[in-house]
Amino acid sequence: MAQVITVTSGKGGVGKTTSSAAFATGLAQRGKRTVVIDFDVGLRNLDLIMGVERRVVFDIINVITGEAKLNQALIKDKRVDGLYILPASQTRDKDALTHEGVGKIIEELAKDFDYILCDSPAGIERGALHALYHADQAIVVTNPEVSSVRDSDRILGVIQSRSKRAEEKREPVKQHLLLTRYDPVRVERGEMLKLEDVLEILAIPLLGVIPESESVLKASNSGNPVILDNESTAGQAYADAVARFLGEDRPQRFLEVEKKKGLFGRLFGGRAA
Amino acid sequence: MSWLDFFRAQKPPAASASQAKDRLQIILAHERVSRDGDDFLPKLQQELLEVVARYVKVDANKVQVNLERGQGMSTLEIGVELPGNGTAKRSAA
Ligand SMILES: Nc1ncnc2c1ncn2[C@@H]1O[C@H](COP(=O)(O)OP(=O)(O)O)[C@@H](O)[C@H]1O
Ligand SMILES: [Mg+2]
Repeated sequence: MAQVITVTSGKGGVGKTTSSAAFATGLAQRGKRTVVIDFDVGLRNLDLIMGVERRVVFDIINVITGEAKLNQALIKDKRVDGLYILPASQTRDKDALTHEGVGKIIEELAKDFDYILCDSPAGIERGALHALYHADQAIVVTNPEVSSVRDSDRILGVIQSRSKRAEEKREPVKQHLLLTRYDPVRVERGEMLKLEDVLEILAIPLLGVIPESESVLKASNSGNPVILDNESTAGQAYADAVARFLGEDRPQRFLEVEKKKGLFGRLFGGRAA
Repeated sequence: MSWLDFFRAQKPPAASASQAKDRLQIILAHERVSRDGDDFLPKLQQELLEVVARYVKVDANKVQVNLERGQGMSTLEIGVELPGNGTAKRSAA
């Protein structure tokens, strides 16, 4: 049976799309048939981060209105087997998404995939609700920063009350914390909330900590999800998170300031790659 | 500006940024054109299907539409799986 995973946060710009792309790619790398859906109708960007923007013909709205079949709208990734992308519409607005239409798409995808990832738009309204309604699991993307933590708490409440599982009084949506853009240097200086603080406040299980990393920008420039960059700390941290999601035991890395740098590194080195 | 900034400024721009620029120029050129007009692809597909259906019975699910947007030119490939004698591919540019 397919699992629906919603990547959400409440707040915008915290790394949902970066994480959706990385996670979907990671699951497919591990042999799981995975489709990642962009729910940010009107502001699609997942296609750019996945590097498939030039190949978009149809989108989720075309499927809902019957203008295209689902399999025609799915874009097959050329790098990783078993990975597909369903783009959001660029030209229409959020109201074009219907409860029934989304339901049908998820139902049809569930027959063919192991994991259905939903990249949620920001906010706690229509678009975000569509993205989380069918969730079996939720990855709550949070930055170590006050407004992000508060918005994550709000979205956790929404998941608990507005998801299909909640409506049907089934076992609740399984929640995971993904703390991203973590900068150990600033944490050590006391400028940034530390992992323990965020965990204490949100009190949901930790899936992983993704360090602030320059390679994320490089990845989006080239349209290759950062998890494909084995050298980068962020890529490795996402690979760890995927492994943990699949039940493996992996210690947290990249939580401490790198101590090994010599004088030269300290003078000239920027942030970790 | 410190003397360190002087050395930093000498660095050539990262290759990935120029990749980003190229990708954006191509995709935005296409998006700006289609922003005003209605998206014609769904209609094109429908009409192509109607033409094909005049000759053979086709299942809409067995039609694949692939597009590759490029600079100055795009390729649209429509694959129609014909019943009976295997698969036929038709391409249109
Ligand atoms: N670990 C990270 N290190 C550095 N920059 C990051 C990281 N994660 C995300 N970003 C940057 O943050 C910005 C917002 O990310 P995005 O994934 O689009 O967020 P959202 O989908 O939540 O709006 C982007 O510019 C992205 O490159
Ligand atoms: Mg996003």
